[in-house]
Amino acid sequence: MAKSLLIISRQAPWSGPNAREALDIVLAGGAFDLPIGLLFLDDGVFQLANEQNAKALQQKDLSANLQALPMFGVEDLFVCGESAATRGLDPENLSLEEAQVLTAQEITALIDRYDQVITL
Amino acid sequence: MTAVLLIESVMKFAIALFSAAHAPSSRRALLFAQAALAGGHEIVRLFFYQDGVYNASGSVVTPQDEQDLPKQWRNFVTEHQLDGVVCIAAALRRGVLNEEEAQRYQRETVAVGAPWELSGLGQLHDAVQDADRLICFGGA
Repeated sequence: MAKSLLIISRQAPWSGPNAREALDIVLAGGAFDLPIGLLFLDDGVFQLANEQNAKALQQKDLSANLQALPMFGVEDLFVCGESAATRGLDPENLSLEEAQVLTAQEITALIDRYDQVITL
Repeated sequence: MTAVLLIESVMKFAIALFSAAHAPSSRRALLFAQAALAGGHEIVRLFFYQDGVYNASGSVVTPQDEQDLPKQWRNFVTEHQLDGVVCIAAALRRGVLNEEEAQRYQRETVAVGAPWELSGLGQLHDAVQDADRLICFGGA
């Protein structure tokens, strides 16, 4: 059986290529049909903020790629509710509806469920 | 009991490196890799991603009184004939091109060669599947 991999994405979308490169690992895993999960933690929750304006920064919009995750076979999507709330984002109204909102305790259990973890 | 088992059994490690050559975490990654082999363990693959690609660059010049990490990595990988993979997308984005990519994109500067191989993220997933443990250095 294939080993499962959890990617923990902790960087804001416009602070550099980190968020995109974390997502690329997830998409590659999905393409190989591997059991892969993605957790948005700390500043990573900013990737799920609504009404981002990438064009104003002359950047490519990441949110379209995030919306496509379930289509690429990545359905295990999670977001830390506390990270969102402390950054003024409503955990129940983020741009990725499929992402399950988790408590700190649930995140501990989530990490425990995966064989390998990469934090970026 | 667990400790004894760990010492006696050979582990297969995959090592992922995300930080630039001048970062302390990159140095720790090399020390870990050296210790793993010294302990009789196996390294199935080194995978350099994000700023970790700079560790494979032959264009890094380190001051004489500092550790030349790219050179140490190169010697280590060559000596032990390890599988050293540099993510091609991350490397292109950062200008760490091998001869083939420099030709493909018509760039003058070749920064990386043997023993490093430029390849895709599939190599990271492949290593994760193959290894007992994935050990990451320099992530967020």
